[in-house]
Amino acid sequence: MFAPAENRITITAGTLSLGGILLFVCLAVAALLFQAGGFGNGVLFDAYIWRVTRFTLLQASLSTLLSVLLAIPIARALARRARFPGRVWVLRLMALPLGLPVLVGALGLIEIWGRQGVLNTALAGLGLQQPVSIYGLFGILLAHVFFNMPLVARLFLAGLERIPSEYWRTAANLGMPPAALFRFVEWPILRGLLPGAAGLVFMLCATSFTLVLTLGGGPAASTIEVAIYQALRFDFDPQRAIALSALQIVMTGALLLVLARVATEPAQSVTGGRASMRYDADTGLSRLSDTGWILFALVFIGAPLTAVVGSGLRADLAKLAGDPTVHRALITSIAIAVGSALLCVGIAAAMIRAAGTVTAGRHAPTLARFFAGAVTASTSLVLLVPPVVLGAGWFLLLRPFGDVARFAPAIVVAINGLMALPFVHRILAPAMATHAARTDRLTASLGIRGLHRLRWIDLPPLKKPLLMAFSFAMALSLGDLGAVALFGSQDMITLPWLLYSRMGSYRTADAAGLALFLGLLCLIFTMLGTAGDRRVPEGRNT
Amino acid sequence: MSKSSQLKFLSRLALAAAASLVFTTGASAADKTLTVYTYESFITEWGPGAKVAEAFEKTCECKVTYVGVADGVELLTRLKLEGAASKADIVLGLDTNLVAEAKATGFFAPHGIEAKDVKVPGDFTDDTFLPYDYGHFAVVYDTQTLKTPPKSLKDLVEGDPSQKIVIEDPRTSTPGLGLLLWVKAVYGDEAGAAWAKLKDRVLTVTPGWSEAYGLFTKGEAPMVLSYTTSPAYHMVAENTDRYQAAEFSEGHYIQIEVAGMTKSAKEPELAKQFLGFMTGPEFQSIIPTTNWMMPVAATKEPLPEAFGKLVNPAKTFLLPSEDVAANRKAWIDEWLAAMSKN
Repeated sequence: MFAPAENRITITAGTLSLGGILLFVCLAVAALLFQAGGFGNGVLFDAYIWRVTRFTLLQASLSTLLSVLLAIPIARALARRARFPGRVWVLRLMALPLGLPVLVGALGLIEIWGRQGVLNTALAGLGLQQPVSIYGLFGILLAHVFFNMPLVARLFLAGLERIPSEYWRTAANLGMPPAALFRFVEWPILRGLLPGAAGLVFMLCATSFTLVLTLGGGPAASTIEVAIYQALRFDFDPQRAIALSALQIVMTGALLLVLARVATEPAQSVTGGRASMRYDADTGLSRLSDTGWILFALVFIGAPLTAVVGSGLRADLAKLAGDPTVHRALITSIAIAVGSALLCVGIAAAMIRAAGTVTAGRHAPTLARFFAGAVTASTSLVLLVPPVVLGAGWFLLLRPFGDVARFAPAIVVAINGLMALPFVHRILAPAMATHAARTDRLTASLGIRGLHRLRWIDLPPLKKPLLMAFSFAMALSLGDLGAVALFGSQDMITLPWLLYSRMGSYRTADAAGLALFLGLLCLIFTMLGTAGDRRVPEGRNT
Repeated sequence: MSKSSQLKFLSRLALAAAASLVFTTGASAADKTLTVYTYESFITEWGPGAKVAEAFEKTCECKVTYVGVADGVELLTRLKLEGAASKADIVLGLDTNLVAEAKATGFFAPHGIEAKDVKVPGDFTDDTFLPYDYGHFAVVYDTQTLKTPPKSLKDLVEGDPSQKIVIEDPRTSTPGLGLLLWVKAVYGDEAGAAWAKLKDRVLTVTPGWSEAYGLFTKGEAPMVLSYTTSPAYHMVAENTDRYQAAEFSEGHYIQIEVAGMTKSAKEPELAKQFLGFMTGPEFQSIIPTTNWMMPVAATKEPLPEAFGKLVNPAKTFLLPSEDVAANRKAWIDEWLAAMSKN
């Protein structure tokens, strides 16, 4: 297939990346355990942990189910309506929630769904007495769908857009009714993406912390992550924190394994690569339902974001924009976002490519399959290692080398990059698999390799998923508070850090203004992510 | 910019850089450095940090550097992570609930200061930690939506469940722990039952103070657990007396913020000097309108008018730090059990 030398480089790069991730996590855990004097024998599975685990599973499963069920029709509608004015803005809007600090998103949701929110005010205006209560399981689910459904829809949409145009033409020739189209053309693709997407959402919801507590209505709504945070921060009991993290990883890992059985390897087919022409787009009914779903997504995601913008506009924006502390925070945030996105996309691409290379061919050796499995597993489960554990572990490791604050930027970039890995993997892996299936044999037989191959064969079609992955990773890092808060030195202030700090000292208006800045910055990042969507002339290779 | 003016600009820049280099090295060679670990809001631009450092540096021929972490609890975690190798000379920002645990680490040295002028409600004294400010926990309410605020903790517990309050989680925040101890101090063994009753009034339990206060100012609930000093901020900085603290007849639980010096302090004399300065009028005058807490000793000028309007609790609750450390887990379990019932 490939020139062996190139193979070696690919595999080495992938192995190093995987090894690096495992080392980064294991060293941190080992350092914490060493500090605590080995494994303890305290009681882990008391009634409290059992209850918290049950609730974690319940809310995460429901959140995932709802996010996926809603994402399917929305992704289908957007795929079928490939061209309408403002479509690209709908896509950008959908990448925004993930880039916002959860507290900002939660306050936006409360302005719509809260006791004094738009909805309840309107209901009261209609003379209805029973207000919609966001506090409780409903609020948790609502918030999780708000943050995660757009992500799933984007992943599904990218998958649907990879369906070769030949499929649609054949289906149209056969006169397939919509139900058959879904069953034979769209569902196989979605089914292939489902475990990855659902697993990702499950992990995000299972480790959710601020949202669950703030909207949960009481301690009955607590996740394992709350217990981990409590163990490490309030009780300083690293053993318990690590044991709980392990519980979280094992539990979710088992669930991901079950989910993976649902997946089928999507059939990769040779295609002319023409832009898809959707012959099923012109019926009145599909037009109506697509418009309905797109409008629903627009309002559901857009309304809370509009509320965030509204609060932001009431702040003294001119003063904030001229504040040197804000400038510093802005620059730090951007630098961290770019750094972690580069790291993450680089590592992910290297590992996916290596896994693809070793498992190529009909009979991949066991070791190769093991490697590919390890790549998939590590890119998934890394999200379950709480940043608070990684941060504390690395703090201990770096302490002998002098002032830890000096290393803080590197560690924060690494942690943020790791946390974005599951997202980036889910965006890149299917796209790279499709690309490899379409081009590997041909380029190998033509002897195109090295940089030449990268420049002319790989980059043009992979530009779109790469940009999307990059922008997602940047947005995620932008909204993240966790990693920075651990090192918290006054030399490294990020925008979310500043936002929380102003909120923590009564300056709510300032915080709202900063949330607006964050949103704008995130929007700029997502514009980069949809840059590949512009100017796709009819009939050209995409 | 023309080429010559560009050159001139560059050379001036280089000169300025060189000058500042000389200045800083010159300064650090002559002076000693005092490293103060504190929580982050102490050293924000509006916090007391910069003013405190400036005032102290005038008296000590030294340089004060701060290391800021998220909050008081994080301070202790940070110390435990760093161990005896910590660079901290002073740790400022623990509260009385953390004192026993902090002493147990063995990192702190007795301050040896008599501190006759320090006056804190509840008469807290300690040989290792000195108080620098305090505040009472209080239910802060919105006068526009709540006309008859509760007059006692009993009122709060037994009042109309449709009038909601947002509280903080004792598992993750100090105000949350404060309310837990307050209820414990008032109700004792009946605390569990009191929580079970209060549960219906609790709109939600947030991980920290910021989330709770954010929900409150968004109007989601007419009450929030905060401090007696919270209204002072709104009166002084925002010119509104819309938000007020409710005075409870049983009394209020106190949060006293303290500082101590470490055994590993490189400048023990300087550290001691700082602790003395901390209870003096210079430092104490800075605290009220920057940290929004009450001073523990005389200030240079009388407090701003708004502070005179604040609730001044007739009785102060403070459980001994050792009891809190010993029982915290059991009390949190009791709280969890009561609050998780359906």
